[in-house]
Amino acid sequence: MKFPIFLDNHSTTPMDQRVLDVMLPYFVEKFGNAASRNHPFGWEAEEAVERARQQIAHLIHADAKEIVFTSGATESDNLALKGVMDMYREKGDHLITSLTEHRAVLDTAKTLESKRGIKVTYLPVDKYGMVNPDDVRNAITDKTVLISIMLANNEIGTINPIKEIGKIAKEKGILFHCDATQGVGKIPVDVQEMGIDLMSFSAHKIYGPKGVGALYVRKKGPRVRLTPIIDGGGHERGMRSGTLPVPLIVGFGKACELCEQEMPAESVRLATMRDRLKDGIMTKLDEVYLNGHPTQRLPHNLNISFAYVEGESLLMGVKEIALSSGSACTSATLEPSYVLRALGVGSDLAHSSIRFGLGRFNTNEEVDYTATRIIEIVTKLREMSPLYEMAKDGIDLKTVQWSAH
Amino acid sequence: MAYSEKVVDHFNNPRNMGSFKKDEEDVGTGIVGAPECGDVMKLQIKVQDEKIVDARFKTFGCGSAIASSSLATEWLKGKTLQEAQQIKNTDIVQELNLPPVKIHCSVLAEDAIKAALNDYKKKTEEKK
Repeated sequence: MKFPIFLDNHSTTPMDQRVLDVMLPYFVEKFGNAASRNHPFGWEAEEAVERARQQIAHLIHADAKEIVFTSGATESDNLALKGVMDMYREKGDHLITSLTEHRAVLDTAKTLESKRGIKVTYLPVDKYGMVNPDDVRNAITDKTVLISIMLANNEIGTINPIKEIGKIAKEKGILFHCDATQGVGKIPVDVQEMGIDLMSFSAHKIYGPKGVGALYVRKKGPRVRLTPIIDGGGHERGMRSGTLPVPLIVGFGKACELCEQEMPAESVRLATMRDRLKDGIMTKLDEVYLNGHPTQRLPHNLNISFAYVEGESLLMGVKEIALSSGSACTSATLEPSYVLRALGVGSDLAHSSIRFGLGRFNTNEEVDYTATRIIEIVTKLREMSPLYEMAKDGIDLKTVQWSAH
Repeated sequence: MAYSEKVVDHFNNPRNMGSFKKDEEDVGTGIVGAPECGDVMKLQIKVQDEKIVDARFKTFGCGSAIASSSLATEWLKGKTLQEAQQIKNTDIVQELNLPPVKIHCSVLAEDAIKAALNDYKKKTEEKK
């Protein structure tokens, strides 16, 4: 086994060697600008970009012309929300999204509220983190321009009923944007079947390079238009100016192709490994709670709260394993995970949460090692925890008068 | 975030971790913090002739919170009650090289010391 073990595949993924191999020629040898129309350097680059566009579009059942390259999913989310709300301003000023979206959507929505006077509805989620399509329907007004709901959550892995939401959007003639960053390449995504009009995703979450992403923008039924947020040479049908990063795009394309080929087997392998990790931990420890949906979740996601143990100290105890926690101490804001809070998970358990993100290169051996180490450290930290002691003494922690600070 | 060597050492080898019986006459107990805030510290002192002869802690919190309380028990042992009152959170910050975001851990440790001292004082006054 090689240390440290990487189990934080929701944050980013290691690049697949096969992706790197196809990228390399496009740095030094084939360096052309894809927008150069008058010489073979440009043609060669353009050809590579168009091939990648096909590979990417194919994975999500779109047309290659509907793929707009960006710097990543954050830019795609910004472009979708700001671009659409600006372009359709005459039609209305209302945006519907949910409380558990990624900050790239939430903070963009906040900016639209404060700087552009857009009205935003933040839909609640159920205890598993799922948006109810009926809530979407009920939130729609005659001023609603756009619905933005994520495919799968980055912390808890819960998969939203996208197809149902897409149907409602179509029925009401409202555009539907989906942040699919965590889902594309991991679970089947079909923009036609799901009724998605705009969709954000990126390469580095699917074993491709960092620095490139895409926004799917529907061309037919309806033809979606948006105001660019970056002006310049009019690349990408005028929606996103800037010289295309050809090597990154080539890598993105290859990464999508590999995901498409390997998804059927890979998703089963990851889900089996995830359940092995879950069972390994949950059968050995009491008072551990699964966060997110028991079945409607990403195959590689596991999120567990370990009662009476604070998340950051848990991570510190297993330094040889790269993980992530919803504890406030691991965030810059000093607030525990807003996603877990939106599910109704108490602050105490939010502080105690750990996210395990499995990936293509993890092994059963790593999973078994991780389960053993987690059990060890949780047991040790509970010995050290005054809360565990009080609970064992039969004190109901909810009745204690705490001194909040 | 990288932790200082001293924090890591206290985290891996906590000093005086455990509990005294709360109701014993010579024991003072301080519990501070809240689970919702992500840290709770329990600090206990055992006192003989106005002197702290032993100390224990249990902490729910991040590595720095655990280290702060572990260090506090080390410092408390052998001090008189009056000397113990003088321990400042800034001393803990300095000793453990705590970064600004972790200063609240040291404040909590100072609060826990004060709470344990007060609890002991209250107990002895009630006895009189």
